[in-house]
Amino acid sequence: MNYITQRLLTFPLVLLGVSLLVFFAIRLVPGDAIIAMLGTEAGLLTPAQRDSLAAYFGLDQPIIIQYGRWLAGLFEGNFGISVIYGKPVLEVILSRFPLTLELALLSMFIALAAGIPAGVFAATRADRPADLSVRIFAMLGQSTPSFVVGLLLIYFLSVVFRALPAMGTFTPLFEDPIGNLSQMILPAITLGLSFAAAVTRISRSAMLDVLSDDYVRTARSKGASQRDVVWRHALPNALIPVVTLSGVEFGYLLGGAVIVEQIFALPGLGRLTLDAISQRDYPLVQGSVLFIAFNFLVVNLLVDLAYAALDPRIRLGGK
Amino acid sequence: MSPLLSVRDLKVGFGRDPRANEVVKGVSFDLDAGKTLAIVGESGSGKSVTALSINRLVDFGGGRITGGSIMLNRPDGPVDITAADEPALQRIRGREIGMIFQEPMTSLNPVHTVGAQIEEAFRLSKGLEGRAATLAAKEALERVRIPDAAQRLGYYPHQMSGGMRQRVMIAMVIAANPRLLIADEPTTALDVTVQAQIMALLAELRAETGMSMIFITHDIGLVAGIADDIMVMQNGVAVEQGPIDAVLDAPQHDYTRHLLNAVPHFSGGKSVRSDGTRAAAAEPLVKVDNLVIRFPAARGLFRRSAGAVHAVDGVDFDLMPGETLAIVGESGSGKSTTARAILGLVRATRGRINTAKGRRARPVQMVFQDPFGSLNPRLNVASLLAEPAIAAGQRVDARLRERMLFLLRRVGLSEDALNRYPHQFSGGQRQRLCIARALMLNPDVVVLDEAVSALDVSVQARVLDLLVDLQHEFGLAYLFISHDMAVVERIAHRIAVMYAGQLVEIGDAKSVLSAPQHSYTQRLIGAVPAIDRRRQTFKVDTTTVPSLVRPRGYEPPPARWRDAGADHRVRLED
Amino acid sequence: MQQLKGAIAAIARHPSGRIGAAIILIFLILAGLGAAGITPHNPLKQYVVDRLKPPSATYWFGTDLLGRDTFSRLMLGIGESFLIAFASVGIAATAGTLIGLFAAWWGHLWDGILMRIMDVLLAFPAILLALLIVAIQGPGVVTSITAIGIVYTPIFARVVRAPALALKAREFVEAAHTFGSSQRYILTRHLLLNLIAPLTVTITLALAWSLLTESGLSFLGLGSQPPAPSLGVMLAESKSMMTRAPWLMIFPGLTIMLAILGFNLFGDALRDILDPRTQGRES
Repeated sequence: MNYITQRLLTFPLVLLGVSLLVFFAIRLVPGDAIIAMLGTEAGLLTPAQRDSLAAYFGLDQPIIIQYGRWLAGLFEGNFGISVIYGKPVLEVILSRFPLTLELALLSMFIALAAGIPAGVFAATRADRPADLSVRIFAMLGQSTPSFVVGLLLIYFLSVVFRALPAMGTFTPLFEDPIGNLSQMILPAITLGLSFAAAVTRISRSAMLDVLSDDYVRTARSKGASQRDVVWRHALPNALIPVVTLSGVEFGYLLGGAVIVEQIFALPGLGRLTLDAISQRDYPLVQGSVLFIAFNFLVVNLLVDLAYAALDPRIRLGGK
Repeated sequence: MSPLLSVRDLKVGFGRDPRANEVVKGVSFDLDAGKTLAIVGESGSGKSVTALSINRLVDFGGGRITGGSIMLNRPDGPVDITAADEPALQRIRGREIGMIFQEPMTSLNPVHTVGAQIEEAFRLSKGLEGRAATLAAKEALERVRIPDAAQRLGYYPHQMSGGMRQRVMIAMVIAANPRLLIADEPTTALDVTVQAQIMALLAELRAETGMSMIFITHDIGLVAGIADDIMVMQNGVAVEQGPIDAVLDAPQHDYTRHLLNAVPHFSGGKSVRSDGTRAAAAEPLVKVDNLVIRFPAARGLFRRSAGAVHAVDGVDFDLMPGETLAIVGESGSGKSTTARAILGLVRATRGRINTAKGRRARPVQMVFQDPFGSLNPRLNVASLLAEPAIAAGQRVDARLRERMLFLLRRVGLSEDALNRYPHQFSGGQRQRLCIARALMLNPDVVVLDEAVSALDVSVQARVLDLLVDLQHEFGLAYLFISHDMAVVERIAHRIAVMYAGQLVEIGDAKSVLSAPQHSYTQRLIGAVPAIDRRRQTFKVDTTTVPSLVRPRGYEPPPARWRDAGADHRVRLED
Repeated sequence: MQQLKGAIAAIARHPSGRIGAAIILIFLILAGLGAAGITPHNPLKQYVVDRLKPPSATYWFGTDLLGRDTFSRLMLGIGESFLIAFASVGIAATAGTLIGLFAAWWGHLWDGILMRIMDVLLAFPAILLALLIVAIQGPGVVTSITAIGIVYTPIFARVVRAPALALKAREFVEAAHTFGSSQRYILTRHLLLNLIAPLTVTITLALAWSLLTESGLSFLGLGSQPPAPSLGVMLAESKSMMTRAPWLMIFPGLTIMLAILGFNLFGDALRDILDPRTQGRES
């Protein structure tokens, strides 16, 4: 079966599975569903009020019907009402989403912009001192959790430069680009460092593999220069595993943003989810987990399509 | 006139201390303009490394030239390649020295179109860009006889067959019109008939352009037709070299003699086995009746078979005790699929395979092609040999161990092999292990699917001799699948020829090989390189194998046969 | 046994392998001592007089706000992190290998179903799935183990499935079919034995990731709860006192980093040694 069609077909299936998982996971929370939805206020209800609420929310229906109604609600954009904020969950999520997305994208950009050249550089000087230093840094980078990096960065800034980064507020990008970037740059570096290390290592190893491939030898036998060989022949092939990795890592970036948002006190989606859990706002938990997972799947799909664009063997199928 | 290329005492080594790990230990030769030198040897001889040193590509594989000189004679004076710097070498590569390699699949960049890669050759050597380059690329494809050249420019390498990819490689090389072409085993990975086409193409181009050629190969018969001089290498040194007639007619060195005499060579039916007789009254051990094997051609969104691959389309034959039937054909002929069906690894769509069940449940065993792949690397020899017995429900006891030791001795391996692991054995030894394993359950029939194709030629000879001995001793019948006519000639009593899933000719080996009747068999035998075909002109022909994909419900017309001898039948062609 | 000795020798020769193995060994010893109660000071006892003391001869890594010895707490913390890491990776490796193996072996429909389920799990970034499980179970050590175990199961399934599919098509498996070897024989002797190499590498690297994720969870307050000394919690507590007592951040941070580094280096060395290209070479 055609690769692209296959991916497009499994996508909705997996989405469905994700929604199933989230729906039933929340149902596993111990305790009454009414309490889950209303929080502590539920204690103030009389039994009669409880029953009519239960009927209103369809809680007396079989679980399949409940799932169906919930799913239908999702399509209409109804993710429920947040207990903490008293506003529609979707609205709350969307107000925080731009920050988390920008953080993830910025980190990805930093990681790729630093990692790919570093990896290529190391591969072309394999086993020489420059290569060794790059590898050591990459190894250290990959072994350091993002919150350690974040804490260290804050420490050095406050102690060494005595300039504490602005924290706690968020200026949207389009309103004030400079202000926005000055707030985001540290968190983005923190989040992107570990990924940058991974990109460096995989670029290096992919590049080394490709440089020893036969078609590189053919190119050299035609008289191609080292630059030709690296940029024209090797890199397009070496990028393929890097692209695949980026897709997977983006998910971790979306999740890892939670920790970085916590450290730098950024009002993003990750922190929202965290607060929602500690305050037992289950509609919000459900909504934001679902939302992030959906985004991740979309990104993965895009990456798979990009993969087909890069590799004609996937795109066109074999003989 | 001084020679085009002059190599003196060339030494090449690898690794951290190249001088301590020399693979080429002092090789010298001259090559005149317009002449062809063949470098012949088996694996480990250093022939490829020598070739890769001439344009210094060996540097990129971890090699270093540790001694000697390579003088290339140019119009403006000679140049020592061993001392040249990288920019100078880049100018020489492609423009003056071109190279084609063994594996056309991996030698082309999978993410660039074929056209782009040929255009690059023109750009690097002649500075052509844009439209001029595209036009030149199209003409180059036509020159190597690829049909629909304009369309093929947009193809990617994986969309083309092996033969076509090699033609593309040749097109890239001649783009620059080099004075020297180095061909490193360019046809080893190709079918015999395709090989003949490529050799013809090379001969034609050489005549047109007057370029010199260095041809690396392990097949001494192959170069008999195109080489002027020959150099035989073993273990990094040239053991014999000289004009081709002199060396082939009167070899001086033992190794050359060994390559010429002990190694299987094709002689058109003159050296077939003479020890076989079909006992007409006996029951066939294997009887294949109208075997049809089709695979759905996955098409469209939901795998609805828009057609089927007709891998095997109506094959009948039988196999008598004690005889060897060879099934020959090239890729796509269906011979391997047939063998796998006999063993139950592939399900037949139609037809019957009867194996005379007698004393045992599994009278048919198989030896596979890849000595690396057919033995589990994590099990020791004792476990590997025990597996068939365990599967048959036997107990692992002293009696079984005795049998293992007995078979190990019979195949020429020492008893302490039992505790060792496959990676500790050479390719030839591993195949012997596979043979011993196949004999553990005392089979009547052994199917050998390209069992010697992955081995060096001298090792092939020994394994073939072993197989013949075992056949006599244990009364085995062999079904020998192969594409190599020289090997087949040595071991077969009868031969069946398959083409595009159908049986086209079957009969006594001598008859089929010396008087082939079907046009494909004639083409196949005509393409086999043979030493006595020196100075032969290869006929240029571009027939390609027909596609095996047929629309749903297609049935081939029923086969009609005619007799061409006591034991020789030919399928009539339409 | 011979293969094991050869493997140990190969690790000793490999530069990363040596360092990684040494680090892991040291940490294991420290963790063991900590679990046995052999620490410089009582990790839970509050030496109120000596609060926030910098590193000295008595308190090697200094003390925290409640006067607890950092070094002793680190020893316990390492032990707990290792416990969670080994337990969760053990779960993930077992479940994931079985799923990946049977997906590859049965093929077609079952392959599709099993791997789609794995895809669903993979759609959740690790922390997120952990958050979800915390929402259900509440924070704690068991939650951490469950969460990480579930999160890493699909990774093992994927890592096992691809080589298993390739092995299924290898000629020695075909040969096994021609002998009539039982499914159990083929699955264990032919497939599993040859999967040990990629599995070992993945297990080691998963241990590194698991330490990373677990410390992240604790940092967020979702893993082990105070007063249990967990590396992540110690780091979370250190933030507010960063300027006054940087050692409270530096030492736990370094410890986590070293632990993860140790497994990463070891895993890298294993990967190099077990590279299929170096296997099956002729002697």
